[in-house]
Amino acid sequence: MKKLINSPETVLADSLIGVAAAHPELRVDHVNRIIYRAAPTRVGKVALLSGGGTGHEPLHGGFVGVGMLDAACAGAVFTSPTPDQMLEATKVVDSGAGVLHIVKNYTGDVMNFEMGAELAAAETGITVAVVVVNDDVAVEDSTFTAGRRGVGITVLLEKIVGAAAEEGRDLAAVTAVARQVNESGRSMGVALTSCTVPSAGKPTFELPEDEMEIGVGIHGEPGRRRVPLAGAAEVARQLVEPILADLDFTGAPTIVMLNGLGGTPLIELYVMYAEVRKILDAAGITVARSLVGNYITALDMAGCSVTILKADEDLLHLWDAPVNTAGMRWGI
Amino acid sequence: MTNDTIDLDQLTGWLTRFRDLVTEKVAYLTELDSAIGDADHGSNMTRGMGAVLERIQASPVGTVDELFKGVGMTLVTSVGGASGPLYGTFFLRIGTTAGPVKALDASGLAAALRAGLDGVVARGKAEAGDKTMFDVLAPALDAFDAALIVSSDISSAARAAYSAARTGRDATEPLLARKGRASYLGERSIGHVDPGAASTSLLFQALAEILDEE
Repeated sequence: MKKLINSPETVLADSLIGVAAAHPELRVDHVNRIIYRAAPTRVGKVALLSGGGTGHEPLHGGFVGVGMLDAACAGAVFTSPTPDQMLEATKVVDSGAGVLHIVKNYTGDVMNFEMGAELAAAETGITVAVVVVNDDVAVEDSTFTAGRRGVGITVLLEKIVGAAAEEGRDLAAVTAVARQVNESGRSMGVALTSCTVPSAGKPTFELPEDEMEIGVGIHGEPGRRRVPLAGAAEVARQLVEPILADLDFTGAPTIVMLNGLGGTPLIELYVMYAEVRKILDAAGITVARSLVGNYITALDMAGCSVTILKADEDLLHLWDAPVNTAGMRWGI
Repeated sequence: MTNDTIDLDQLTGWLTRFRDLVTEKVAYLTELDSAIGDADHGSNMTRGMGAVLERIQASPVGTVDELFKGVGMTLVTSVGGASGPLYGTFFLRIGTTAGPVKALDASGLAAALRAGLDGVVARGKAEAGDKTMFDVLAPALDAFDAALIVSSDISSAARAAYSAARTGRDATEPLLARKGRASYLGERSIGHVDPGAASTSLLFQALAEILDEE
């Protein structure tokens, strides 16, 4: 394992020190491992709280700031944060208008956020709403598994819902936008290599040089199938077809994200994006907005994911609203 | 040795033995978890139970509910993943149900453990055969209750529970996982003992051993 770290045990703490040093517009609670905005939540503004295991940067800490999240709870690499963190963060960001918890659908995250919300209700009386994000079409059997995993749509959701909260919409309205985005978005990823969790010191899974994992999860969860490595056009086809088979994206403007998983250069992401666009154009799907880059990663995994969101005028308006975070910035 | 009641010292002994067992079996639990999970169950449980015993030693408690609420909150905040909320809820419910008492009789312990199981079900939504800790907890408590119909001796009930726990643990091996990270493996989860079932079996081993020792 070759990594730029001091020790596997201190990766998270050390990175939070870096975040605090680089971003004076943010505050870091190093004890509770919470990244939050330096400016308190405006009175009347619904607060957005997310979080999860780290290793997916810029998600979630990189999306704290004007137009997106109010706070993010950081767990150890690929490990959910704990309820006391969510309780503390909820207290920090609430301005009286309520807090929306944005939770990716993983067993640990769901249970820990659920307990955090219960503690907040019992101790503070703060109104907490929850949206569980589950957009990974790679999981075919949702009934007899933990269900679809929360992946790429989380990025689009945090941006769009952040704008809705910034506009002053109330908790019910903000939550409704979150549900709409989750229900209208689908993702699918591919891994060319495994990732290496610092504390494990070796790759999470073995993947031969000439094979790829179609449908991989952002922690290296197994996908739909392992197939021979192919050119970008064929890989794009294998990612986009299952998405289009799952939801009808015609007749509405879409937002498309081509996301890198951490170990793939941007030039390859653009090669992939070109291929994705050819497929979408041929399928008669209107792409209104695009996002290409590393937004929800899996440490050093080589590979990418495609996310498509069926939008409408309101979602496009919220997408275009100003955002000023470490990981996403425009219109400011 | 027979026991009609279990007091604070014995309950603390149970937790201490559980800490010792998960520490002793850390490699085994992690190996099970690396087959169908994310290879951290052994170290997470060892860290969590270590924190529990540190807390008990640092601030002794006077009642059973105080003891188990402390245990539950410590596990919730130190274990993480799914095991933290599940084990944490289990012990929190035991504490709430036991109340501010110095000791529990057999039926009091049975009721507290049952409430713990109900908490695990409420939190994790697991059912029999999903290949989770439920597959050990439920049959172990059924055996515990059944033994108490015959005799009010907690020691023999704990032995019966441990026996059922081992059977339940081994019975998870051929099952297809339907909950948690293992469920994404589908058919590939078959042929491995569930790590949560294995650690829960250690919980009953600890109870049986601590009561037999005296």
